[in-house]
Amino acid sequence: MTAKLSLRGVRKRFGDHEVCKGIDLDVADGEMVCLIGASGSGKSTLLRCMNLLEPIDDGTIWLDGTDISEPGLDPQPVRQQIGIVFQSYNLFPHMTAAENVMLAPRRVYGRSRDVLRPQVERLFSRFGLGDRMDHYPDQLSGGQQQRVAIIRALAMEPQIMLFDEITSALDPELVGEVLDVLRDLRGQGMTMVLATHEMGFARELADKVCFLDAGRILEQGPPDELFSAPREARTKAFLSRVL
Amino acid sequence: MKLIVGGALAVLFTATSVVAQDGGACAKGKTLTDGTLTIATGNPAYYPWVMNDAPESGEGFEAAVAYAIAEKMGFGQDNVTWVRTSFDEAIQPGAKNFDFNMQQYSITPEREEMVDFSLPYYTSAMAVLTTQNVVDAGAEATLDSLKGLKWGAVATTTAIPMLEDVIDPSSDPLLYNDNADVNAAIMAGQIDAALYDLPTALYLSAVVVEGGALLGQFPPEQSESPDQFGLLMEQDNPLKECVDAALTELTESGELAAIEAQWLAEATGVPVIK
Amino acid sequence: MDDASLPDGASGRTVAAPTRREVYEAEVRRRSNRIALISTASVVLAIVFLVPLAPGWEAVQRSFFNGRVFAATFPGLLNAFLLNVMIFAWSAPLIAVTGLAIALCRDTRAPALFPLRLFGIAYTDIFRGLPVVLVIYIIGFGVPGLGLPRPWNSPYIWGTLALVLVYSAYVAEVIRSGIDSIHQSQRSAAASLGLSERDTMRFVVLPQAIRNVVPANMNLFIALQKDVALLSFIGPVEVFRQAGVYKSLYANFTPYVGAALIFLVLTIPATRYADYLMNKQNRART
Repeated sequence: MTAKLSLRGVRKRFGDHEVCKGIDLDVADGEMVCLIGASGSGKSTLLRCMNLLEPIDDGTIWLDGTDISEPGLDPQPVRQQIGIVFQSYNLFPHMTAAENVMLAPRRVYGRSRDVLRPQVERLFSRFGLGDRMDHYPDQLSGGQQQRVAIIRALAMEPQIMLFDEITSALDPELVGEVLDVLRDLRGQGMTMVLATHEMGFARELADKVCFLDAGRILEQGPPDELFSAPREARTKAFLSRVL
Repeated sequence: MKLIVGGALAVLFTATSVVAQDGGACAKGKTLTDGTLTIATGNPAYYPWVMNDAPESGEGFEAAVAYAIAEKMGFGQDNVTWVRTSFDEAIQPGAKNFDFNMQQYSITPEREEMVDFSLPYYTSAMAVLTTQNVVDAGAEATLDSLKGLKWGAVATTTAIPMLEDVIDPSSDPLLYNDNADVNAAIMAGQIDAALYDLPTALYLSAVVVEGGALLGQFPPEQSESPDQFGLLMEQDNPLKECVDAALTELTESGELAAIEAQWLAEATGVPVIK
Repeated sequence: MDDASLPDGASGRTVAAPTRREVYEAEVRRRSNRIALISTASVVLAIVFLVPLAPGWEAVQRSFFNGRVFAATFPGLLNAFLLNVMIFAWSAPLIAVTGLAIALCRDTRAPALFPLRLFGIAYTDIFRGLPVVLVIYIIGFGVPGLGLPRPWNSPYIWGTLALVLVYSAYVAEVIRSGIDSIHQSQRSAAASLGLSERDTMRFVVLPQAIRNVVPANMNLFIALQKDVALLSFIGPVEVFRQAGVYKSLYANFTPYVGAALIFLVLTIPATRYADYLMNKQNRART
């Protein structure tokens, strides 16, 4: 099986602090991979490296067999294929939800609002936001904003979606509605990589769970294996704290 | 030249010292400092009113008149001190730091509501300062021709009402802080002409403004309210009667005309505007 | 939405009968209003009655608050003020556009555009470091002195340029601070969607940055409205110069007070409005 996205020996440092210390990871087409681990273990940085928001210092990243980590490569086409959703939503506060979603397709793909509007409407109603399209972000709840952020990334029709702890900033009662969206995407066969603290969710839906510790993938495997019979002492210790 | 001037002054002083004996009585106790006459002039004071910005020398028309008046009032050359003021300082309310102020103040009824003026010591023609370029371009000493020029003037002078009443130019005049700025505007071609009192205009056209020219003058007798210079004093200043007495004396004796002839002689022979 | 979830009693009670706390607070408020009123009234009365007792008051009144001079000159001042309004009206948009362009120059990151960035830095440093009146003098007399033909040597053109140069430097700095205030995560979000740097700046960063700095810029434009008067140094007869002419003709400072009144009528509401916007923004941020 050739991997959709493949990382080999990826290293990333900020000043003196090395955040990723040689990461190897394969994500197959249609697969859902969950990254777990303590805060500061390097999950977010790894995701940001995958769609080139952070240039990597060493190693290689392949997308569909193409090396996208080549220094000097234009990152924009890559980012169109790998969408990312952030913990803090990062919606553009001066635009309505619908304008947030349509901006990139309009500017990058040159599509008109008239063409986009029906597609966007479908996405909004699919995720239960049919009546929120023309609201501004500050008129939406956290869960609604995060769903708009997901729609915004999806509107670029990416092949891979990255989710960076997208439920961590939400009130507990709003987490469910966002996870439902991920469930929906999983059902559609979207290739996804999640950094998450939602262990129950990872266990239920992930194809593969990776435990990151101090910038390395210490252990990875199917969720049942990793959660019920972790091999590494540090994995055990982490799971005993969060479960 | 200097020698002659000095000599002329010396003659003047000896001639007037005789009268000064009883003149001192009038001013007694009325000056800022007893026994001293404090006279204000501009900062800087301009040629030909004061030579070399040094009024103490008694050279220049106003400096010479000042010493002549002082003499008549009983103040010797050593009993005169000079101070400098701007126009605004001269009219601000509160105590003044001068007995009288002499820097080509035109006497107007409006101003007399706020300050006192002496009798006039000079009646000035107004003159049109311009450049040779403007003359070459066809400007003439006629009102019709002047109307079409772009005008400038110093904002604090009575040239402005004159400009509006007599010339009534077809475009709004530009106004400036002082002579230097008006000259800068003339040389930059932003204005064609500026209205000054005749002696100042003569000096500027001959010495200061490159390619300057004097287009013509409005003689005082042609004007309904000619520009007359007076000494400016605080309102109700008791010294006024003494100053006026001295000026009357100087006028009647012909001394004032002599001083004028000495310092402002060039002012004759400038074409009159029709 | 949220209101609906409140228990009925919570919103109903405030309308029906005030609570003990509300009665107490209303009393405190009434008392502080009374005290404020009394102390203000005493200060005003003291000024109104004591100042005229000063020995020089009559002279000051005659020179600065002279009704006759005011009546004679105020219409002329109002007329001259139209020129201030006009100069402001054509300067302000030029300043806004130039300020934005300079801010963008300073924000360029491409190495090929480094000269542009250097220019932006030099521009803002120089023109914020100079008194407005100096720039007006130097440009207003200097450039026309090069021998430009009329109307290109007009003091209006070069005086306006001087205002634009100085004020756009300030506006550029304000806009740049607005750009810096936009959180990096907004740029990240835009980049992650594949937007170019240019589009990110144009559609994501700038609209927010400019909105954030509206109050600060309003204060600058209020200052500009006052500094328009400095153009009088190179010739134009706007309200300040007209007041100076009247001052000289009447040997009286009342026209300056009239001009000051005209400025205040315009600038006080504008200042209050800018403060209101600023407060609103601060509240929204917390």
